[in-house]
Amino acid sequence: MAVKSRFDDVAKLVDTEQGFISREIFVDPDLYREELDKVFTRAWLFIGHESLIPNPGDFYTTRMGEESVILCRDKAGIVHAFLNSCRHRGMKVCRYEQGNTSIFTCPYHSWTYTTDGKLQGVPQYRSLYDGNLDRDANSLVSVAKLAIYKGTVWATWDRNAPEFLTYLGDAKIHLDQALDCRDGREGGSEVIGVHKWVFPSNWKFAAENFLGDTYHNPSHRSVDLIGIGPSAASGKKGRRDNELEHAQHVWISFPEGHGVHSAIQPENNEYVDSFLDQPVLEKYFRHCYEERKRRLGEQARLMPFVGTIFPNTSYHGRQPRGLCAWHPHSPTSTEGWRFFLVDADAPKEVKDYLRRYYMRYSGPAGMTEQDDMENWLYATSASVGTVARRYPFNYQQSLGAWTREHATLGGTVSVQVTEEIARGYYRRWKSYMGGGGWDELLGKDGVTQRAAE
Amino acid sequence: MSAEPLAAEAPQKTLLPRNDAYYRLKADMEDFLYAEADLLDERRFRDWLNLLADDITYFMPIRRNVKFGQHTERENTRQGAGISWFDEDKWTLTKRVDQILTGVHYAEEPLSRVTHMISNVQITRVTPDVNEPREVELRCRFLVYQNRIEYETYTFVGKRTDLIRKTADGWKIARREILLDQNVLLAKNLSTFF
Ligand code: FES
Ligand SMILES: [Fe+2]
Repeated sequence: MAVKSRFDDVAKLVDTEQGFISREIFVDPDLYREELDKVFTRAWLFIGHESLIPNPGDFYTTRMGEESVILCRDKAGIVHAFLNSCRHRGMKVCRYEQGNTSIFTCPYHSWTYTTDGKLQGVPQYRSLYDGNLDRDANSLVSVAKLAIYKGTVWATWDRNAPEFLTYLGDAKIHLDQALDCRDGREGGSEVIGVHKWVFPSNWKFAAENFLGDTYHNPSHRSVDLIGIGPSAASGKKGRRDNELEHAQHVWISFPEGHGVHSAIQPENNEYVDSFLDQPVLEKYFRHCYEERKRRLGEQARLMPFVGTIFPNTSYHGRQPRGLCAWHPHSPTSTEGWRFFLVDADAPKEVKDYLRRYYMRYSGPAGMTEQDDMENWLYATSASVGTVARRYPFNYQQSLGAWTREHATLGGTVSVQVTEEIARGYYRRWKSYMGGGGWDELLGKDGVTQRAAE
Repeated sequence: MSAEPLAAEAPQKTLLPRNDAYYRLKADMEDFLYAEADLLDERRFRDWLNLLADDITYFMPIRRNVKFGQHTERENTRQGAGISWFDEDKWTLTKRVDQILTGVHYAEEPLSRVTHMISNVQITRVTPDVNEPREVELRCRFLVYQNRIEYETYTFVGKRTDLIRKTADGWKIARREILLDQNVLLAKNLSTFF
C-alpha cells in the first residue's frame, strides 16, 4: 500500500506561483516517509563511479534513499546494483565498504550470492528445502534500471522510468562540464576519495543549495576574507579563482526538476589567471583551457559552476570538482557523500594539489562548507516548531524574471540570481508526491508546463 | 612528510626501557600536551599555532570497513594520497585559525565550547636518546568534547601519534596523526583542532 501522509493535499503546501513553500515538507515525518516512497523509489539516483569498481568482482557499498545497496561488477564485467539485504531474513549481506570478491556470503545463515546477485549456495539445500528452493526468485533484489554515464553510475527502482539520458534532459550539457576532461575530451574522470558524514538537516536544504542558490554567498564571508583558493598564497582573496570573471552567469531550471548555475564566456574567451600558487598547475590549466577551446569551439564558452540533478545529486563543476549524494536519514538528518573528481590522466602534481584544495574547501572539514552545514542545521531546527510551521518559506526572488529564448541552453534561463530554479525543483517534487506519470515527471505534460508560466 | 612508517598502524613491539630518564621525559611531554590542550580549550588559537613547527604535517585519515587481514593495507586512507579528513600543513592550519578569528565563520561563531582530554601517553621513540631528547615520538588517546550553541554535542575519541621536537623556542609539534574511531563521520563538522 502506498505511503500516505496526514496532509490531504500535499500540492497545497507548495505554491510556486506565489512563491511560498510550507516548512512541513522539510520537517514532517509523514511527508518524509511519503517522499521516500514516491520520490526515492522512482527518480534516477547517483550511486557511484566506475573508477571505484574497475575490475571483475569489485564492489562498492552505496545507498539509495535510506537503503544500503551493493554496486558490483560481476565476473563478466557487467555492472549491477542490488539491495544489500539477504532474501532469507534480511541480514545486511555486505558490511565492507569496498573490495573484491567472487561471492557474497550472508553472515547470518550463510546463503551465498554471486557477483551478479544470484542466489547460489543454501546450506542443507536438499535436506531442509527438498532441493527445490526457487533460486531466481530469491536472488538479491536488483534495481530496475542502471545506467553508466561518463563513468558515473545511476539507478532507479522504477521499471517504467525513462532512460537516464531522457531523465537528464537538457541538464546534460551542464553535467558534462563536471564529468568531462578539463581539456574538453569526453569523460575521463576518476574518484580520488569519498567523504561520508551525517548532519542534522533535511536533505532538501543541501540539494537546493547546489541548485544555484548563489544568494547565500555572504555566509561564506569568512573564507572569502582569508582566501583559500588556488591563488591564495599569491595574495588573491576568495575561496576559488574567479575563472568566470568575464562570463555571463546563467541560472537554469529544467522541466525534469534539475537546476544549474553555469556561465557563458564572451566570444573571444580568454584564460583567466588561476592556480597562481603552483607554476606547474598554472601551465597545465592554461594548456587545458586552450585545448578545450580548440576542441569544442563555440561550445567551449559554456563553463560549469554548480547544479543539482533531481532529487539528491549535486555537482561542483570546477573549483572544487565533485559529485554529492544527499542521502536522507530522517526528516531532520542527512548523510552526505561527496565523490571528489580529477582527470584520471592528469599529472601527479596536479592531482596532489587538487586533493589538498578539495580537502580545505569541501565537506565537514572544509573551510567553506562548514558554514553551509551550520545554515542547513539551524534552518531545519528552527522550522520544526508548531508556530514556525504555520509560516511558509519565501521563494519570491526574481519571480517571472526568466526566458526560454536560449536555444542552446535548454530550460528556463535567468540572468540574475534567482529562486526560479528552486521553484522549478519543488514544482517537480510536487508531481512526484502526487504520484504523477512519467510525462508529468519529465515536465512534458501541458498542465505543469503551463503552471510555470 | 616523514618517511617513517605510521606508528599508529604498526605499533612498536619493543618498548623503550622504563627508567628514570624515560619517566622524566614522559612527565615533560605530558605537561606539554596538557598546556597545548589548554591553549585550544581557552581559544588561544594564535598561541597554539606557535606550538606548531613550520614543517608540521597534520593528518587525519578516513577509517574504512575492510575485511579481516586487510587492516594494515586498507583500513586508513593514506597521508599524501587521495582524500582524508585532514592532510594539512602549517599554511592551512593558519588559515583555519585566521578564519575563526574573522568572527564571521558561522560554523564557529558563536565559538563552540571544547574540552580536550589526553591520556595513555607513551613515548615510542626518542632521537638521539632519552637523556638528550631532540625528537620525541609519542602515542596517546584523545577525547575531544564539543558543545555548540545549545543542544549540539559531539564526542570525538581516538588515538594520536605526535612527533615533538626540541627547538631554541621550546618544544614544537612536528607531526601529528589523528586516528578518529569513526567511519561515517558522526558530526556535521570538524571545526575544532585535535
Ligand atoms: S539472513 Fe541471510 S542467510 Fe539467513
Ligand atoms: Fe555554500
